[in-house]
Amino acid sequence: MSRKEILIGLIIALIVAFFLSPLASSWPDGLERVAHDYGFIAQGEQGSIFKSPIPDYAFPGIGNEKMATAISGLLGTLVIFGIGYGLACLLKKRRDCK
Amino acid sequence: MHIPDGFLATNILASAWAISIGSIGFCLKKTTQILKDKMVPLMGIMSAFIFAAQMINFPVVGGTSGHLFGGVLAAVLLGPYAGAIVITCVLIFQCLIFQDGGLLALGANILNMAIIGTLGGYVIFVVLQKIFGSKKGFIIGAAVASWLSVVVAASFCALELAISGLSPLHIVLPAMAGIHALIGIGEAIITVAALSFIQKVRPDLIYGLVRKTDGI
Repeated sequence: MSRKEILIGLIIALIVAFFLSPLASSWPDGLERVAHDYGFIAQGEQGSIFKSPIPDYAFPGIGNEKMATAISGLLGTLVIFGIGYGLACLLKKRRDCK
Repeated sequence: MHIPDGFLATNILASAWAISIGSIGFCLKKTTQILKDKMVPLMGIMSAFIFAAQMINFPVVGGTSGHLFGGVLAAVLLGPYAGAIVITCVLIFQCLIFQDGGLLALGANILNMAIIGTLGGYVIFVVLQKIFGSKKGFIIGAAVASWLSVVVAASFCALELAISGLSPLHIVLPAMAGIHALIGIGEAIITVAALSFIQKVRPDLIYGLVRKTDGI
Protein backbone atom coordinates (compact mmCIF):
# COMPACT_ATOMS: atom_id res chain seq x y z
CA MET A 1 0.00 0.00 0.00
CA SER A 2 1.22 3.46 -0.83
CA ARG A 3 1.55 6.07 1.87
CA LYS A 4 -1.40 7.91 0.33
CA GLU A 5 -3.62 4.80 0.51
CA ILE A 6 -2.67 4.17 4.13
CA LEU A 7 -3.53 7.77 4.95
CA ILE A 8 -6.90 7.55 3.18
CA GLY A 9 -7.76 4.36 5.10
CA LEU A 10 -6.84 5.93 8.41
CA ILE A 11 -8.73 9.14 7.63
CA ILE A 12 -11.90 7.16 6.83
CA ALA A 13 -11.64 5.49 10.25
CA LEU A 14 -10.96 8.82 11.97
CA ILE A 15 -13.97 10.44 10.28
CA VAL A 16 -16.21 7.59 11.47
CA ALA A 17 -14.78 7.84 14.99
CA PHE A 18 -14.95 11.61 15.33
CA PHE A 19 -18.07 12.61 13.41
CA LEU A 20 -20.31 9.56 13.77
CA SER A 21 -19.59 8.44 17.35
CA PRO A 22 -21.47 11.40 18.93
CA LEU A 23 -24.50 10.41 16.82
CA ALA A 24 -24.48 6.79 18.01
CA SER A 25 -27.62 5.40 19.59
CA SER A 26 -27.48 5.38 23.39
CA TRP A 27 -29.99 2.57 23.62
CA PRO A 28 -28.70 -0.59 25.33
CA ASP A 29 -27.03 -3.14 23.06
CA GLY A 30 -28.32 -6.67 22.48
CA LEU A 31 -26.67 -8.22 25.54
CA GLU A 32 -27.66 -5.33 27.84
CA ARG A 33 -31.24 -5.55 26.58
CA VAL A 34 -31.43 -9.30 27.25
CA ALA A 35 -29.73 -8.91 30.66
CA HIS A 36 -32.24 -6.20 31.55
CA ASP A 37 -35.29 -8.10 30.29
CA TYR A 38 -34.36 -11.31 32.08
CA GLY A 39 -33.32 -9.70 35.33
CA PHE A 40 -29.56 -10.21 35.57
CA ILE A 41 -28.28 -6.76 34.52
CA ALA A 42 -27.48 -5.81 38.14
CA GLN A 43 -24.82 -8.51 38.39
CA GLY A 44 -22.81 -6.77 35.69
CA GLU A 45 -22.99 -3.40 37.42
CA GLN A 46 -21.20 -4.32 40.63
CA GLY A 47 -18.08 -2.59 39.39
CA SER A 48 -15.00 -4.09 37.86
CA ILE A 49 -11.87 -5.16 39.72
CA PHE A 50 -10.00 -2.35 38.02
CA LYS A 51 -10.78 1.12 36.76
CA SER A 52 -9.89 2.01 33.20
CA PRO A 53 -8.76 5.55 32.40
CA ILE A 54 -11.62 6.50 30.02
CA PRO A 55 -14.76 4.60 31.09
CA ASP A 56 -17.63 4.61 28.59
CA TYR A 57 -15.61 6.53 25.99
CA ALA A 58 -16.08 9.81 27.86
CA PHE A 59 -12.76 11.61 27.60
CA PRO A 60 -12.04 13.18 31.01
CA GLY A 61 -12.05 16.94 31.43
CA ILE A 62 -14.42 17.69 28.58
CA GLY A 63 -17.77 19.03 29.68
CA ASN A 64 -19.63 18.46 26.45
CA GLU A 65 -20.62 14.80 26.44
CA LYS A 66 -20.70 14.46 22.66
CA MET A 67 -17.33 16.14 22.26
CA ALA A 68 -15.87 13.88 24.98
CA THR A 69 -17.03 10.86 22.98
CA ALA A 70 -15.70 12.28 19.71
CA ILE A 71 -12.25 12.97 21.23
CA SER A 72 -12.13 9.45 22.71
CA GLY A 73 -13.02 8.07 19.31
CA LEU A 74 -10.39 10.14 17.50
CA LEU A 75 -7.53 9.40 19.90
CA GLY A 76 -8.57 5.76 20.38
CA THR A 77 -8.62 5.21 16.62
CA LEU A 78 -5.15 6.73 16.22
CA VAL A 79 -3.72 4.60 19.03
CA ILE A 80 -5.31 1.33 17.87
CA PHE A 81 -4.05 2.06 14.35
CA GLY A 82 -0.54 2.25 15.80
CA ILE A 83 -1.07 -0.95 17.81
CA GLY A 84 -2.38 -2.93 14.81
CA TYR A 85 0.31 -1.60 12.48
CA GLY A 86 3.06 -2.05 15.07
CA LEU A 87 2.03 -5.60 15.91
CA ALA A 88 1.95 -6.53 12.22
CA CYS A 89 5.45 -5.04 11.84
CA LEU A 90 6.67 -7.08 14.81
CA LEU A 91 5.15 -10.27 13.45
CA LYS A 92 6.77 -9.73 10.04
CA LYS A 93 10.00 -8.56 11.69
CA ARG A 94 10.08 -5.60 9.37
CA ARG A 95 12.44 -2.81 10.23
CA ASP A 96 11.31 -0.36 7.56
CA CYS A 97 7.96 0.23 9.24
CA LYS A 98 7.22 3.84 9.93
CA MET B 1 -22.06 -8.17 23.21
CA HIS B 2 -19.07 -7.24 25.34
CA ILE B 3 -19.65 -9.26 28.51
CA PRO B 4 -19.00 -7.24 31.69
CA ASP B 5 -17.45 -8.68 34.84
CA GLY B 6 -19.95 -10.19 37.23
CA PHE B 7 -21.93 -12.19 34.67
CA LEU B 8 -19.91 -15.37 34.17
CA ALA B 9 -19.00 -18.10 36.63
CA THR B 10 -15.35 -18.69 37.48
CA ASN B 11 -15.09 -22.02 35.67
CA ILE B 12 -16.42 -20.44 32.45
CA LEU B 13 -14.06 -17.47 32.77
CA ALA B 14 -11.06 -19.74 33.31
CA SER B 15 -11.90 -22.14 30.46
CA ALA B 16 -12.52 -19.22 28.10
CA TRP B 17 -9.15 -17.68 28.97
CA ALA B 18 -7.39 -21.00 28.38
CA ILE B 19 -9.00 -21.57 24.97
CA SER B 20 -8.48 -17.94 23.93
CA ILE B 21 -4.79 -17.80 24.88
CA GLY B 22 -4.10 -21.08 23.09
CA SER B 23 -6.01 -20.03 19.96
CA ILE B 24 -4.50 -16.55 19.74
CA GLY B 25 -1.01 -18.02 20.18
CA PHE B 26 -1.74 -20.25 17.22
CA CYS B 27 -3.08 -17.29 15.20
CA LEU B 28 0.04 -15.23 15.93
CA LYS B 29 2.23 -18.07 14.70
CA LYS B 30 0.17 -18.56 11.53
CA THR B 31 0.13 -14.82 10.84
CA THR B 32 3.93 -14.59 10.82
CA GLN B 33 3.93 -17.30 8.15
CA ILE B 34 1.04 -16.10 6.00
CA LEU B 35 0.80 -12.31 6.29
CA LYS B 36 2.29 -10.56 3.29
CA ASP B 37 4.40 -7.46 3.72
CA LYS B 38 1.94 -5.35 1.76
CA MET B 39 -0.78 -6.36 4.24
CA VAL B 40 1.10 -4.91 7.24
CA PRO B 41 -0.40 -1.38 7.08
CA LEU B 42 -3.81 -2.90 6.39
CA MET B 43 -3.72 -4.52 9.85
CA GLY B 44 -3.41 -1.03 11.32
CA ILE B 45 -6.18 0.39 9.15
CA MET B 46 -8.49 -2.53 9.90
CA SER B 47 -7.89 -2.22 13.66
CA ALA B 48 -8.64 1.51 13.45
CA PHE B 49 -11.75 1.07 11.32
CA ILE B 50 -13.25 -1.70 13.43
CA PHE B 51 -12.57 0.19 16.66
CA ALA B 52 -14.18 3.32 15.21
CA ALA B 53 -17.15 1.45 13.73
CA GLN B 54 -17.78 -0.39 17.01
CA MET B 55 -18.46 2.99 18.62
CA ILE B 56 -21.36 3.60 16.27
CA ASN B 57 -24.41 1.97 17.80
CA PHE B 58 -27.34 1.91 15.40
CA PRO B 59 -30.90 1.42 16.65
CA VAL B 60 -32.40 -1.96 15.75
CA VAL B 61 -35.73 -2.38 17.45
CA GLY B 62 -37.70 -1.21 20.47
CA GLY B 63 -35.02 0.53 22.53
CA THR B 64 -32.17 -1.76 21.53
CA SER B 65 -29.07 -0.89 19.56
CA GLY B 66 -26.21 -2.78 17.99
CA HIS B 67 -22.91 -2.01 16.34
CA LEU B 68 -20.55 -3.57 13.81
CA PHE B 69 -18.55 -6.50 15.10
CA GLY B 70 -16.25 -6.74 12.09
CA GLY B 71 -14.93 -10.29 12.50
CA VAL B 72 -15.79 -11.52 9.01
CA LEU B 73 -14.76 -8.19 7.48
CA ALA B 74 -11.31 -8.48 9.06
CA ALA B 75 -10.97 -12.19 8.24
CA VAL B 76 -11.94 -11.85 4.57
CA LEU B 77 -9.63 -8.89 4.14
CA LEU B 78 -6.60 -10.06 6.15
CA GLY B 79 -7.10 -13.81 6.39
CA PRO B 80 -8.66 -15.57 9.37
CA TYR B 81 -5.61 -15.56 11.64
CA ALA B 82 -4.66 -11.90 11.24
CA GLY B 83 -8.38 -11.08 11.38
CA ALA B 84 -8.73 -12.80 14.76
CA ILE B 85 -5.68 -10.91 16.02
CA VAL B 86 -7.12 -7.57 14.94
CA ILE B 87 -10.40 -8.31 16.76
CA THR B 88 -8.43 -9.42 19.84
CA CYS B 89 -6.39 -6.19 19.84
CA VAL B 90 -9.56 -4.11 19.61
CA LEU B 91 -11.19 -6.08 22.46
CA ILE B 92 -8.14 -5.73 24.74
CA PHE B 93 -7.90 -2.02 23.97
CA GLN B 94 -11.62 -1.42 24.61
CA CYS B 95 -11.46 -3.33 27.88
CA LEU B 96 -8.30 -1.76 29.31
CA ILE B 97 -8.83 1.84 28.23
CA PHE B 98 -12.60 2.28 27.92
CA GLN B 99 -14.02 -0.28 30.37
CA ASP B 100 -15.95 -1.81 27.48
CA GLY B 101 -16.23 -5.48 28.47
CA GLY B 102 -14.92 -6.86 31.75
CA LEU B 103 -11.28 -7.68 32.44
CA LEU B 104 -12.03 -11.12 33.87
CA ALA B 105 -14.54 -11.63 31.04
CA LEU B 106 -12.00 -10.59 28.39
CA GLY B 107 -11.09 -14.22 27.73
CA ALA B 108 -14.75 -15.02 27.06
CA ASN B 109 -15.17 -11.97 24.83
CA ILE B 110 -12.09 -12.98 22.82
CA LEU B 111 -13.43 -16.53 22.59
CA ASN B 112 -16.90 -15.46 21.40
CA MET B 113 -15.86 -12.75 18.96
CA ALA B 114 -12.25 -13.27 17.86
CA ILE B 115 -12.23 -17.07 17.84
CA ILE B 116 -15.79 -18.29 17.24
CA GLY B 117 -17.11 -15.21 15.43
CA THR B 118 -14.05 -14.44 13.31
CA LEU B 119 -12.47 -17.84 12.60
CA GLY B 120 -15.87 -19.55 12.51
CA GLY B 121 -17.30 -16.81 10.32
CA TYR B 122 -14.42 -17.17 7.91
CA VAL B 123 -15.03 -20.91 7.54
CA ILE B 124 -18.66 -20.16 6.61
CA PHE B 125 -17.45 -17.55 4.10
CA VAL B 126 -15.08 -20.04 2.44
CA VAL B 127 -17.75 -22.73 2.20
CA LEU B 128 -20.25 -20.31 0.61
CA GLN B 129 -17.62 -18.96 -1.76
CA LYS B 130 -16.94 -22.52 -2.91
CA ILE B 131 -20.66 -23.17 -3.45
CA PHE B 132 -21.46 -19.96 -5.33
CA GLY B 133 -18.17 -19.43 -7.12
CA SER B 134 -15.39 -16.94 -6.57
CA LYS B 135 -17.13 -13.72 -7.71
CA LYS B 136 -20.76 -14.19 -6.69
CA GLY B 137 -19.75 -16.24 -3.68
CA PHE B 138 -17.56 -13.41 -2.45
CA ILE B 139 -20.53 -11.13 -1.82
CA ILE B 140 -23.03 -13.85 -0.82
CA GLY B 141 -20.40 -15.45 1.42
CA ALA B 142 -19.49 -12.15 3.09
CA ALA B 143 -23.15 -11.23 3.66
CA VAL B 144 -24.29 -14.56 5.07
CA ALA B 145 -21.11 -15.29 7.02
CA SER B 146 -21.06 -11.85 8.67
CA TRP B 147 -24.73 -12.15 9.64
CA LEU B 148 -24.24 -15.68 10.95
CA SER B 149 -21.03 -14.75 12.80
CA VAL B 150 -22.98 -12.29 14.95
CA VAL B 151 -25.77 -14.78 15.67
CA VAL B 152 -23.36 -17.62 16.49
CA ALA B 153 -21.14 -15.45 18.71
CA ALA B 154 -24.28 -14.24 20.56
CA SER B 155 -25.44 -17.85 20.94
CA PHE B 156 -22.13 -18.83 22.53
CA CYS B 157 -22.46 -15.83 24.81
CA ALA B 158 -25.94 -17.07 25.76
CA LEU B 159 -24.58 -20.55 26.43
CA GLU B 160 -21.95 -19.12 28.79
CA LEU B 161 -24.58 -17.02 30.57
CA ALA B 162 -26.80 -20.09 30.97
CA ILE B 163 -24.01 -22.31 32.30
CA SER B 164 -23.16 -19.51 34.75
CA GLY B 165 -26.70 -19.83 36.08
CA LEU B 166 -27.94 -16.34 35.11
CA SER B 167 -30.87 -17.49 33.02
CA PRO B 168 -32.06 -20.84 31.65
CA LEU B 169 -30.74 -21.68 28.19
CA HIS B 170 -34.21 -22.10 26.67
CA ILE B 171 -34.86 -18.46 27.53
CA VAL B 172 -31.55 -16.69 27.07
CA LEU B 173 -30.51 -18.48 23.85
CA PRO B 174 -33.53 -17.49 21.73
CA ALA B 175 -33.42 -13.99 23.26
CA MET B 176 -29.74 -13.44 22.40
CA ALA B 177 -29.91 -15.14 18.99
CA GLY B 178 -33.12 -13.29 18.12
CA ILE B 179 -31.95 -9.77 18.85
CA HIS B 180 -28.57 -10.44 17.22
CA ALA B 181 -30.29 -11.80 14.11
CA LEU B 182 -31.51 -8.21 13.70
CA ILE B 183 -28.18 -6.60 14.60
CA GLY B 184 -26.56 -9.01 12.14
CA ILE B 185 -28.44 -7.39 9.25
CA GLY B 186 -26.52 -4.17 9.95
CA GLU B 187 -23.35 -6.25 10.18
CA ALA B 188 -23.95 -7.78 6.75
CA ILE B 189 -24.72 -4.41 5.13
CA ILE B 190 -21.57 -2.73 6.51
CA THR B 191 -19.37 -5.76 5.76
CA VAL B 192 -20.56 -6.04 2.15
CA ALA B 193 -20.30 -2.27 1.61
CA ALA B 194 -16.75 -2.11 2.96
CA LEU B 195 -15.57 -5.19 1.04
CA SER B 196 -17.22 -4.01 -2.20
CA PHE B 197 -15.43 -0.68 -1.85
CA ILE B 198 -12.04 -2.33 -1.33
CA GLN B 199 -12.79 -4.79 -4.13
CA LYS B 200 -13.26 -1.81 -6.43
CA VAL B 201 -10.10 0.08 -5.49
CA ARG B 202 -7.59 -2.62 -4.43
CA PRO B 203 -8.92 -6.17 -5.03
CA ASP B 204 -5.35 -7.48 -4.77
CA LEU B 205 -5.36 -6.63 -1.05
CA ILE B 206 -8.32 -8.89 -0.24
CA TYR B 207 -7.13 -12.20 1.20
CA GLY B 208 -10.48 -13.85 0.45
CA LEU B 209 -10.05 -13.07 -3.26
CA VAL B 210 -6.34 -13.74 -3.83
CA ARG B 211 -6.21 -16.82 -1.57
CA LYS B 212 -6.78 -19.32 -4.39
CA THR B 213 -3.98 -18.12 -6.63
CA ASP B 214 -1.61 -18.25 -3.67
CA GLY B 215 -2.67 -21.74 -2.73
CA ILE B 216 -3.54 -21.00 0.89
